[in-house]
Amino acid sequence: MAIAPAAVAAAPPADVLERLRALLSQVADPEIPVISVLDLGVVRHLLQRADGTIEIGVAPTYSGCPATPAIKADIVRALERAGFRVAAVDVLSPPWTSDWISAEGRRKLAQYGIAPPAEAVGSPRRLLQPDPVVTCPRCHSQQTAKQSEFGSTPCKALYRCEACLEPFDYFKCI
Amino acid sequence: MTPHCRYVLRLADTNLVLAQRLGEWVGHAPALEEDLGLANVALDLLGQARMLLTHAGEIEGRGRGEDDLAYQREESEYLNLTLVEQPNGDFGRTIVRQFLFDAWQVALVEALQQSKDGKLAAIAAKSAKESAYHLRYSRGWLIRLGDGTPESHERVQQALERLWPFTNELFDGDDVDRAAAEAGVGPAPESLRDAWTQRVDEVLAEATLARPPPVPFGWYGKQGRHGEHLGYLLAEMQSLHRAHPGVSW
Repeated sequence: MAIAPAAVAAAPPADVLERLRALLSQVADPEIPVISVLDLGVVRHLLQRADGTIEIGVAPTYSGCPATPAIKADIVRALERAGFRVAAVDVLSPPWTSDWISAEGRRKLAQYGIAPPAEAVGSPRRLLQPDPVVTCPRCHSQQTAKQSEFGSTPCKALYRCEACLEPFDYFKCI
Repeated sequence: MTPHCRYVLRLADTNLVLAQRLGEWVGHAPALEEDLGLANVALDLLGQARMLLTHAGEIEGRGRGEDDLAYQREESEYLNLTLVEQPNGDFGRTIVRQFLFDAWQVALVEALQQSKDGKLAAIAAKSAKESAYHLRYSRGWLIRLGDGTPESHERVQQALERLWPFTNELFDGDDVDRAAAEAGVGPAPESLRDAWTQRVDEVLAEATLARPPPVPFGWYGKQGRHGEHLGYLLAEMQSLHRAHPGVSW
């Protein structure tokens, strides 16, 4: 995992930045295709190096998330196809948190049937306290129960709504 | 190899070996949810191990990357804690092993975020929330099994007694640990004991389990002296790479 120091690099001109962001808003999360990498909050910086290369800082969500290399490859491919020279670098610190999911991202998650994180993350110790109340993304009931700490991907837990009886995925607060 | 490099490698190997052990459950866990749960914990630990191995290779400065370190070292060169190489046993024993480890790792990564090794501090910050989440999972199951049926209680109590002696190593500092503590790279192992004991006692009480008495028993996996189990684990983990050196997917 290469961590390149930001070489001499500066913010790209506004029109370039706008174009980059438009392109990135079309790059979907490979596991949750309704949200983009921008919605997910994994794009940490966009810089232009002296030689014109666009440097994009990408934060891994979970240390072991198998989608991380795919996300980076998708980003590089999308920008290169649009004619940019791209260097993707890992940004480990500060660590990614579900707080970085955009308001738009949260809305899209709920619409897709995944309950968005129920609260902001304070310290890791918060994770050892009782769970926050999770709202059912289908019927909006708050009578829900956790079935499993881990769901179909590292970022999700499995819940069940006691009102409409449907199981659903919950994007964990982490 | 410098004490700094050995210290980081111990952390990396401990995570890697435990990830491999947990991976053995894939397809065999008692329920699909636990299959996913154990695999997800394994994935996090593996991801952390990869960052730590890469970092150890950089500190060493001999050009060894994560794959060289994972696949081309012998058993005696592995520096993991003896606890994590213990066989899975039944689901209850796996949960006991995981809980004893998670309670320790949560205290460790909290302290490591203050490391003077900036990269190590960043990896620890990344790991902190994952470790806490793992502890939620193992703690929840330990309470359910301990405070469950007579059979589940008996099985996890036995597992606790079986694995307890291996916890001595978690807090038994040696020269490498002392060098790391003096350089501000990592906490002295003894300094984690109180937080760990307090957490373990709280959960054991809720699980209606009895803490086994202290045992004067030393294991030194972190010095490369392992029990009989690690060799088999490495043989399986390394077989593909040894049969096809340099292979990639």
